[in-house]
Amino acid sequence: MELHTLTIQQLHQLLKNRQVSSVETTRALLKRIETTENRINAFITVAADQALAAAEAADQRIANGDCQTLTGIPLALKDIFLTEGLRTTCASKMLENFIAPYDATAWARLKSQGAVLLGKLNQDEFAMGSSCESSAFGATRNPWDTERTPGGSSGGSAASIAAQQATATLGTDTGGSIRQPASHCGCVGLKPTYGRVSRYGVIAYASSLDQVGPVTRDVTDAALLLQAIAGHDPKDSTSVEQQVPDYSTSLKNDVKGMKIGLPREYFIDGLDPDVQRAMDNAIAHLKGQGAEFIEVSLPHTNYAVACYYLIATAEASSNLARYEGVRFGHRATETEGLIEMMMRSRAAGFGAEVKRRIMLGTYALSSGYYDAYYLKAQKVRTLIQRDFSEAFKQVDILLTPVAPTPAFKIGEKTADPLQMYLSDIFTIPVNLAGICGISLPAQPSAAGLPIGLQLIGKPFGEETILRAAYSFEQTTDWHRQKAAL
Amino acid sequence: MGITQLEIEHVARLARLALSDAENELFSSQMSAILCYVETLNELDTDGIIPTAHAVPVQNAFRSDAVQPSIGTDQALSNAPDRVETFFRVPPVIE
Repeated sequence: MELHTLTIQQLHQLLKNRQVSSVETTRALLKRIETTENRINAFITVAADQALAAAEAADQRIANGDCQTLTGIPLALKDIFLTEGLRTTCASKMLENFIAPYDATAWARLKSQGAVLLGKLNQDEFAMGSSCESSAFGATRNPWDTERTPGGSSGGSAASIAAQQATATLGTDTGGSIRQPASHCGCVGLKPTYGRVSRYGVIAYASSLDQVGPVTRDVTDAALLLQAIAGHDPKDSTSVEQQVPDYSTSLKNDVKGMKIGLPREYFIDGLDPDVQRAMDNAIAHLKGQGAEFIEVSLPHTNYAVACYYLIATAEASSNLARYEGVRFGHRATETEGLIEMMMRSRAAGFGAEVKRRIMLGTYALSSGYYDAYYLKAQKVRTLIQRDFSEAFKQVDILLTPVAPTPAFKIGEKTADPLQMYLSDIFTIPVNLAGICGISLPAQPSAAGLPIGLQLIGKPFGEETILRAAYSFEQTTDWHRQKAAL
Repeated sequence: MGITQLEIEHVARLARLALSDAENELFSSQMSAILCYVETLNELDTDGIIPTAHAVPVQNAFRSDAVQPSIGTDQALSNAPDRVETFFRVPPVIE
């Protein structure tokens, strides 16, 4: 049995029945990391010793009859989650040596169940990017084709699943950063509704858009992991007090009579033929299972990217003001006075994409431009949100592509930031509206690259998209295909 | 809409970023292209539209004003680039 290929659900059964131990599974995954990492670079930090110690503790716990869903399951986290005692870099030189004094709530919840942390995963610096190329620790490569990017910003989270280096991972999604890499790497990525999962201890990029979610091998694991992290947290005032449903009840094959909307603005002429084919195929599958398809319109779709890049950068410029070289992070030496120290520390600590976004956000918020840019974008955000509310009067969920193309090549879009931004056109509106979306493997491209299917749900409609995703998964085996490494 | 290098320098100062000349030049052309793109928002009439700051309606979340354990001075200072006793040390602020 290849322990590194198992899902959470499979491994949980084996652990519970004492057929395998957490220690041997953790060893198998650490070995897998060792043999594949030089080709993938999914990890910034591998915490082998701590992982084995946690696995031993988990085995002890299981021996004492306490085996919860995640007890002894080896996981990895995007390096944006604070982990007490283990370096958290956010893929930036700014935080190269930062050791958090406390745990992010999402991780604390997994840890309290006895989950094992294998290490911290690569990403775009401060989650700003769509390809993992802006990391200060080098680009991550796509396990399906190492000449290509895994997507981003949670590229390490998706690549490590595709490379079978971790059983499941967590990422964050501000404009598509879970769903797009999941699509490019052939795994399942879920962005929950804003407020569903605590953001406490997650390094902030754009606070009104950031949300934590699972990246997994299948839909069942996404439901299991969401169950463990969802729910109100007194330490995050934007996490909602709404009860968390039992997501396992969504894991049934049942889309009969479900109304699925196809937003015409997402199925434009010039959509990549491979992506179009994957969508047609997915629609046929779900139709065959009894779902009903209705064309709908989200008329402000074309304004979403512009709206996002004003709101996200404005919030980022404010959030990243905290890196001033005083309390933590990189400090420039031999400077004259406080202000120069701050300016030079920030200049040396941040990479180009982060600086570009801070500049854009500062400009959009600056005196004389605030109304024209930031306020205008917030109003357009209202229109985008209304588009979805209108559509959801007619349908239960929406079906769209995740990304306009399969994974692009490393270096292909780095010279033109705007081209890179436009690759998030189908995922960004979901964040602006604060609703939920899941990416899952659909029919791959002719060249064998993974292509994701996106199902979008109403606010707190995770159960419905999980049910549709689970049903789709039952009739396909694309999620079982493995990258040849 | 274009953005001049002078404006870039002003914004960099506001953002507390010491940019190099090369960065100034690069950002001024890239930001001009991005700002030109976001101009498309002006095609939309947003008169009377209420801006959305948060997607989910949230209210102030208050907690009782009670003393709770905190991380303490040593932990709070543990990542400081420079410290003295229980303080963060910084370069001179006033001449």
